Amino acid sequence: MPTFVYMTRCDGCGQCVDICPSDIMHIDKTLRRAYNIEPNMCWECYSCVKACPHHAIDVRGYADFAPLGHSVRVHRDEEKGTIAWRIKFRNGKKDMELLAPITTKPWGEGHYDLANAPAPTKEVIDTELLYNEPKYVAMNDNALMTLESNGLEIKEGVYY
Amino acid sequence: MGYKTIIEDDIDILVAGAGLGGTGAAFEARYWGKNKKIVIAEKANIDRSGAVAQGLYAINCYMGTRFGENNPEDHVRYARIDLMGMVREDLAFDMARHVDSAVHQFEEWGLPIMKNAETGTYLREGRWQIMIHGESYKPIVAEAAKNSADKVFNRVCVTHLLMDDGKDNRVAGAVGFNVRTGNYHVFKSKTVICGAGGASNIFKPRSVGEGAGRVWYAPWSSGSAYGLMIEAGAKMTQMENRIVLARFKDGYGPVGAYFLHLKTYTQNAYGDEYESKWFPELQERVGKEYLDPEASHATHRPIPTCLRNHAIISEVNAGRGPIHMVTMEAFQDPHLEEIGWHNFLGMTVGQAVLWAATDVDPKYENPELTTSEPYVMGSHATGCGAWCSGPEDVSPEEYFWGYNRMTTVEGLFGAGDAVGGTPHAFSSGSFTEGRLAAKAACKYIDDGKAEGIRVTDAQISRRKEEIYKPMEHYTVNRNEIVAGSVNPNYINPRQGLDRLQKLMDEYCGGFGVNYMTNDKLLSIGLKKMAILGEDLDKVAAEDIHELLRAWELKHRFLTSESVFQHTMFRKETRWPGYYYRGDAMKLDDDNWHVLTVSRRDPQTGEYTMEKAPLYHLVGDIEDKDLAKLKAEGHH
Repeated sequence: MPTFVYMTRCDGCGQCVDICPSDIMHIDKTLRRAYNIEPNMCWECYSCVKACPHHAIDVRGYADFAPLGHSVRVHRDEEKGTIAWRIKFRNGKKDMELLAPITTKPWGEGHYDLANAPAPTKEVIDTELLYNEPKYVAMNDNALMTLESNGLEIKEGVYY
Repeated sequence: MGYKTIIEDDIDILVAGAGLGGTGAAFEARYWGKNKKIVIAEKANIDRSGAVAQGLYAINCYMGTRFGENNPEDHVRYARIDLMGMVREDLAFDMARHVDSAVHQFEEWGLPIMKNAETGTYLREGRWQIMIHGESYKPIVAEAAKNSADKVFNRVCVTHLLMDDGKDNRVAGAVGFNVRTGNYHVFKSKTVICGAGGASNIFKPRSVGEGAGRVWYAPWSSGSAYGLMIEAGAKMTQMENRIVLARFKDGYGPVGAYFLHLKTYTQNAYGDEYESKWFPELQERVGKEYLDPEASHATHRPIPTCLRNHAIISEVNAGRGPIHMVTMEAFQDPHLEEIGWHNFLGMTVGQAVLWAATDVDPKYENPELTTSEPYVMGSHATGCGAWCSGPEDVSPEEYFWGYNRMTTVEGLFGAGDAVGGTPHAFSSGSFTEGRLAAKAACKYIDDGKAEGIRVTDAQISRRKEEIYKPMEHYTVNRNEIVAGSVNPNYINPRQGLDRLQKLMDEYCGGFGVNYMTNDKLLSIGLKKMAILGEDLDKVAAEDIHELLRAWELKHRFLTSESVFQHTMFRKETRWPGYYYRGDAMKLDDDNWHVLTVSRRDPQTGEYTMEKAPLYHLVGDIEDKDLAKLKAEGHH
């Protein structure tokens, strides 16, 4: 199924609707709460699960091959820069907690302001260089590699 | 219908579809086009759209030149042998020489890249792969694109490209509709960078019912990059080169980290190594140039992915399935066990869900593997996509027409899955291709190539009518029946998709026929495709959401038709393990050491096929280990 929504936790805020890559989290018009309108187009990507401020969305594995009675829950925290998982097996024998970083910077920082970066010169425009190159390729002053610099030539047909 | 028409005018660069390719394009365009108007149209939300929406646990394309690890030509050689020789080496070299700068920027934006504690280098999973904590890979990269773009239109599904009414074969923007409001969006633009993604769900998936969404490539990858470009008359290449993945059964969880980092390996149901015994016969069919286990063991040269698939398929057909991944050894190490689970949580949560549901603990049990249904895409271990110009300083004459990553339609550029002949780009390479396309698009505009574009109101109204036709068709015919989905005058998008998938599976070499097809099957399939095409004029959409599915289906259909045409054209079995031509079971370098190129005439729908020469930048001889082997007479 994929995703489903707990009736008592959902307040119909629509965060899941806003983020779902598959456009399948919609608000039920009568109940004013979210639900998965098309489970067979769900990737179990957890985008909506992570986005829900009330942890109202959960996943029950696809009915055609996943038995009932398992749980994979998640809490994603942009402020702390972490994601925390808990996996529980159907037979209860395994109950794992796993934590991973999601960023090394305060959320949204570290990005460039290209609109106000110094404009490229005509000479650079006519080269094969991209922004921040050649420096960022190898984090040194080496020039961008070419066929010539690497001693290569281009030949047609089968020869290798 | 009462939907508004919203026109966005005077756009310089329109990014159609912003996964990793499109975000790379939008980001880079701002630097080369300070005052240019950059607009993104994306059918989902760019924070979680495209194939990387869920996250990734590895960046599979990183040279590591700063650590002295690899040169671009090493990667070209790798991609070439993996694809049985069929690679646009100019594009591959170009991507590889730039890709590290993309990755270093990702790190500055906050993407956590794991480090090797001893050497201080990035932690390698394999020769080309580095390990990341990439749960937020897409939102981080999307932030960079948002900073660069003037406007982001989320939830606008682009259905067609607009063409210049003044000059043939020149792009003029795109049109589509908002999947929430239903409004009609017109983007008039001097250039379009198409990053609308490859195709899942065009071959019948192994899963049935609910699990149909658990495809290897995202279910929202609707082949729209191909649908848009083919419809506009852009030439395509290597569309026959669909990919089949050997993955954990049902969940399709990734195996890369397992093989490369955890050092797990495969065996048949009876605990035996099976791969090598299929290779002698296979070597006769494909030639020693492509399959040389001895050389592969002694050097970095990989055994092509398709050939390893062939061994799995053959072993299972011989009655010794299933194939197992031997995890029980590696998972005794608690650190490696944790990595194994993190790997799924970072990029394929559904596999963790499945193992939790079926009590599969890889510490005590070796999980099953399977080969997937085929996928059509151009950034993983395959290279479907548009026939694009390469960079001026690398490409031969036939591969260069002025602007890097420009298709054969003027002003239409590609990135990621959209570009053909460039396998093994993955996320970082797709982003890089977007950057290359963006710089070239700015130059195209500055060179005055986009002057005098004219879009008539007639074209805009014609497309509007066409876009909403499935809803109109529903309204007109719905009340002929009492209720339900069975109607003599229409099919709904799901019914159309089911028919397409069955047809592709049975006639074009899906899993249901063991990836086998031949000239006869293909010609029957093409006839059936033509009729499906007629029926898709009668696809009905009950609401705006179904309209989205209807257009995704039409893009998948155009993609599939191209796959059929290309598969028919290439009369050989170039990639056993991806698909087989039963009427030409051998690899045939005398006739087919070429790239296949097609064009669908936008007016008539007729296909023309041609062969394009293959150029090689690098010989095996630069691989020192292999050269030594050859000198010693082993090769």
